[in-house]
Formats: sequence, structure tokens, C-alpha cells
Amino acid sequence: MCSVCGCGSGTPSVSPVATFGHVDFGAGPAGASVPGLTQDRLIRIERDVLAVNDAQARANRARLAASGVFSLNLVSSPGSGKTTLLVKLIEQLRTAHAIAVIEGDQQTSNDAERIRATGAPAIQINTGKGCHLDALMVARALDRFLLAPGSLLFIENVGNLVCPADFDLGEAHKVVVLSVTEGEDKPLKYPGIFTASDLMVITKSDLLPHLDVDLAAIMAHARRINPAIAIITVSARTGEGMAELCAWITAQARQNLRTAAE
Amino acid sequence: MHELSIAENIVSLVAEQAERSGFSRVRVIRLELGAFSSVEEQALRFCFGAAAQGSAAEEAELDVVVVPGEAWCLDCNQVVQLAERLAPCPHCGGGQLQVTGGQELRVRELEVD
Repeated sequence: MCSVCGCGSGTPSVSPVATFGHVDFGAGPAGASVPGLTQDRLIRIERDVLAVNDAQARANRARLAASGVFSLNLVSSPGSGKTTLLVKLIEQLRTAHAIAVIEGDQQTSNDAERIRATGAPAIQINTGKGCHLDALMVARALDRFLLAPGSLLFIENVGNLVCPADFDLGEAHKVVVLSVTEGEDKPLKYPGIFTASDLMVITKSDLLPHLDVDLAAIMAHARRINPAIAIITVSARTGEGMAELCAWITAQARQNLRTAAE
Repeated sequence: MHELSIAENIVSLVAEQAERSGFSRVRVIRLELGAFSSVEEQALRFCFGAAAQGSAAEEAELDVVVVPGEAWCLDCNQVVQLAERLAPCPHCGGGQLQVTGGQELRVRELEVD
């Protein structure tokens, strides 16, 4: 198939952008490949561009497994309620687990301070203009914690529904957090992050009576993108669904630590 | 704009290879980009222009080869190719598709002087 426009011809042609009023940078790959034009030296590399990040992520994963720590990477848009959710999770899980948090934001240490107010240790990573955490940033943060076996480590990624999907940090699972006010179609609009996540937590369910949003449609869209995704609906304010979320985390942590021990 | 980090990774890969294979200038960098990767090609080209300044890749052309999207259809139990992320299964029309390919981001080869 033509790599430019998807036509049946093997000859690349100019990419047609047909739909009126819709500029779609995601469709119709542009850069036409014309191999063999030059007889210069050809060096085959076959290397993943993110190989360095992926190698560091594997090292982080091995390090966390060796120290018996279960980690989750929380990804979402800004304002979905990740930090409020974490504060509530810490309150409910800390009798059974030691908990630590890595906070990622472009600027400020506001979130780390909110976590520290619960008594849990938190390290703030400021990415400056960066739009995601990477595995090396997490490794540097891990150097500053002393985590006991059985600890839970929550990594709150930079609020962004796009970029964090590509960067493995060494976590056990990515968890995508979506608030009910964000509308039904976010999974369809930002499929990468929903494909990469094993759990979707729908937050702010206490607002549902005030909204026209269709909760079943959010779930159906997420499952269309990722049929295997687990879904838990919560309200940090009323506590609805929090027991189910805590049970999911505890069960996954137990399973993860058992697998690591084998 | 994670395309900037990705562009920097490409430049480091080229630099590493330049040292190993003894070339000083790259004419073409051939990249495999999965149709379902979250990299935006135009943003990557823009960032690459900035990241490659002063490196062996400075004048290199980015030749992007798009790898088609691929998914496992839970309804007809087979791997199918998808033209776009939200397309139904081309065989059974089902929508239960677990993405299995098309998320690549690899440097396949370099044409060097």
C-alpha cells in the first residue's frame, strides 16, 4: 500500500487532505519514502528512539521489584482531581501500607506540599517546560526515598493526556484519571493514553446530578479504545467508589509483589 | 511537546552511531513511525530542526516511513490492519480491538556521506 495516501498504488503521491474544514495532521503520513535515490553509505540501525528511556524504565522496574515496592503512574489532563484523589487514597491506605509520592508538574511544589500535609513523603519534580515525566527523572527521585518493602509509590505525572503515554517510567500500571466534567469523548480524542492504561478512574462522580454527561458513554468509549481496561468510578468528596479503588490497588500490589518474588 | 525530547533522542542516536561508524554528516535519517504512535510528524520535524543544530544530523532529511496500525479483534480472533485508530474491524465490523502494532518509533537506517 502507498505509504503516503493509503491508495493501492506503490508510488507515493501527494497526500490528499480532502475533508473540508478539517485539518488533520494525524492522517495521511506526509514524508514520502523514496529509498535507493542515493548510493551513499547506508547504515542500518534499527533502534527504538525511546530506547534510552525504556532501558532506564526497565532499571526502575527492577529496582522497585527488588525493594518490594508497587508503583502506579497516574496520568490525566490538568484538573481531573489526581492530587485530591491521592490525598484520599493515602488516608485510606496508610494503615496497611507505607506510601510515597512523586509529583510531576511544570512549575511549583504545591502538589507535593498537599501530599506532605498528609504525612506521606513526597518529592516534587518540576519539568520546566517539559510536558511529561521520563524514566531518568523518576530514577533521580527514587534516589531520595528510602522505601520499605510493601510500600506503595504513586507517581503523579504532568497533567497532559498526550505525551505521558509514550514514556514508560518503570511503573507496574498506568492509571488514567478522567473527571466527569471532561465529557464523554476524551477516550476517543486521546486514544494513546487510554490504550496505555490498565485502569481508568472516573472522578468527581458527586457532580453527575448537575451535569448532562453520560457516564455509560464514557465507559463505552474507553472500552472501545481498550477493551481490557478496568474502570472504577469515584468521588473523593463523598467517598463513593473509594473502597473499590483501594481494593483494586491492594489486590494488584499483592499480585505484583508475588510475581516479583517468583 | 514531547516531540522535542524525541528529536533529541534521535540526534543522540545519530551522534552515537557517527562515533561508532566514523562518519561526520548524515544525509537522510529513515524513521519508522507507527500510525498509532502519539508523535505528531510536523511537530517532530520542527523540533528536529532545532535539536539537530551543530550535530552530525544538522543537514539531514527526516524520511518518515509510516507503519500501519494493527489490532487484535476480540470478535473474530485475528490480527487485523486498521487504517485509523477508531476504524471498526475490516473483517467483521466489530469494535472490540486491542491495539497490537503501529506504535513504533524507530530509527531504521541512516544514509551518510
